[in-house]
Amino acid sequence: MHKEAAIREPLILGNKNYHDITTDVVGPIENKAPKGWYVLITISSLIAIWGLGCVVYLIATGIGVWGLNKTVGWAWDITNFVWWVGIGHAGTLISAVLLLFRQKWRMAINRSAEAMTIFAVMMAALFPGIHMGRIWLAYFVFPLPNMFGSLWVNFNSPLLWDVFAISTYFSVSLVFWYIGLIPDFATIRDRMTKPLAKKVYSFLSFGWSGKAKNWTRFEEVSLVLAGLATPLVFSVHSIVSMDFATSVIPGWHTTIFPPYFVSGAVFSGFAMVLTLLLVMRKVMRLENYITIKHVEYMNIVIIVTGSIVGVAYITELFISWYSGVEYESYAFINRFSGPYWWAYWSMMTCNVISPQLFWFKKLRTNLTFTFILSIVVNIGMWFERFVIIVTSIHRDYVPSSWSMFHPTWVDIGIFVGTIGIFFTLFLLFARFFPVLALNELKSILKSSGEKYKNEDH
Amino acid sequence: MAETKKNSTVIHAMFDDDGRLMDAAKDLVAQGVRIRDVYSPFPIHGIDPVIGVKRTRMAVVSFMFGMTGLSLALLGMWYFMISDWPMNIGGKPSFSLIQNIPSFIPVTFEFTVLCAAHGMAITYLLRNGTIPGMPPVNPDPRTTDDKFVMEITDEQNPGVSTDDLGIMLKSAGAIEINEKEITA
Repeated sequence: MHKEAAIREPLILGNKNYHDITTDVVGPIENKAPKGWYVLITISSLIAIWGLGCVVYLIATGIGVWGLNKTVGWAWDITNFVWWVGIGHAGTLISAVLLLFRQKWRMAINRSAEAMTIFAVMMAALFPGIHMGRIWLAYFVFPLPNMFGSLWVNFNSPLLWDVFAISTYFSVSLVFWYIGLIPDFATIRDRMTKPLAKKVYSFLSFGWSGKAKNWTRFEEVSLVLAGLATPLVFSVHSIVSMDFATSVIPGWHTTIFPPYFVSGAVFSGFAMVLTLLLVMRKVMRLENYITIKHVEYMNIVIIVTGSIVGVAYITELFISWYSGVEYESYAFINRFSGPYWWAYWSMMTCNVISPQLFWFKKLRTNLTFTFILSIVVNIGMWFERFVIIVTSIHRDYVPSSWSMFHPTWVDIGIFVGTIGIFFTLFLLFARFFPVLALNELKSILKSSGEKYKNEDH
Repeated sequence: MAETKKNSTVIHAMFDDDGRLMDAAKDLVAQGVRIRDVYSPFPIHGIDPVIGVKRTRMAVVSFMFGMTGLSLALLGMWYFMISDWPMNIGGKPSFSLIQNIPSFIPVTFEFTVLCAAHGMAITYLLRNGTIPGMPPVNPDPRTTDDKFVMEITDEQNPGVSTDDLGIMLKSAGAIEINEKEITA
């Protein structure tokens, strides 16, 4: 069996055995939900309903109800799209990349991070969909035989690459997540006493029995899926960045975009994972599984990716001057000193300065501080996308077309609404699904559990 | 328990620790006993060669589906963009696949991953027999929680009597032994 170094901190605290892991995770599903859960889900579903109402209004009226004008044709919608896709990236990074690197601390957080990924990508996919205006023609993005001669979609366009990237990303993440869930649903099925719940979990567990051969296949499939998902996750945000980078708009037309977007995505995704998990570990009493050490590891990822993002910002500024291209220089001077200076400097403060505070061990192991900073980072990352998108296009080539973007209540309503839908889905997940990967945690209990580690020495 | 020679008997020996089951399995196999299967709540690393489970070929399946996806994507894009309706979009070449291939790479990659992942996942579910609506076959509900069960049939072990097997399993650390007769 795999041995962990004795000085490595245990990942499962407390005097836990296999049965305790099951009870700690399945217990909250079997018992009544705490009052707080009802309060939270009421608030978030009300916001979700408001958001959906705004979407219906938008589709019924047309995208003129957004604040877009003929100069700023992309604004909050695409900002939100990129923001949500970026948030999704942490889940895949945790479950796939950390699996390939054999990072055992991923096992306590991968299940909920992947759930977050799936919900975030759903929210992201909403925006290009509703931006089409006539959403009932959304099938036009697929290369389907049609009645207009044989007019196909344009495979040279990054917007079409995006269609393929996002749909592949969403469906592969979903499958990866569900394959991991099947054995854990079986655990719930075998414990459940309520007949209806037993039936539902029995259906969800697909008749999983845990034979030796099943487990061999399970591990192989997880490894291969991780190997496939790793380049996939990098490709998805690279392609999202090419939506901008392949255009000739000053401020967008830069080769640095793919790595810059990917690290930004991981940065914001880890922040969102922390926002969710710090609450979840408290409410569901999972402090023994999602330990301070886990939080610290995630904060280290935030420092690394936050620093990459910072370097990217500075490189962009430098190159805009060094290139000697007037339009390019102007786009960047305008970013930090033009009418949107406040967005630029909020982005700089939230994304470049604030994560550097995590160099202090006191701060990166402080849960309250981490929670606040995780929200700050997500605000910063939203501003990053806003800055890239709106400030680059609001100064058109002809000064008579210069313009500003003012969001309407529909812009705001839909954005806030997606946050509501996201939290509603996550709360439902936390209530009815095993929030930790039971089978994976049990497999590391002997090498990384506090009880076993102490027994050995 | 009454014994009839005509029916086959399945013995389910339950262990409360994966390490103990592993040692017991090695022990029994060394004594010539064949173990049909092991049910566990998580993968027990190293059990496969002991009980004679062969290496899975899921990775090969995935590779083949991936190759199919790659070919289909290239074939499709060649047909849509080069053969059926070539268009001059932004001055990019559209009259030969080789010249246009750089802008086909992203979709080719995505479609390869799509097919490799889903093809493998579907094969995995079918081969495991884990399909919606299938009844579970684990002998005891505790095997998905914290217990480990070894399954031995007398059919596969004609040389050893079930009583002897019981004694061997008990001494190897089994906490519970259940015999079940199956009328074949």
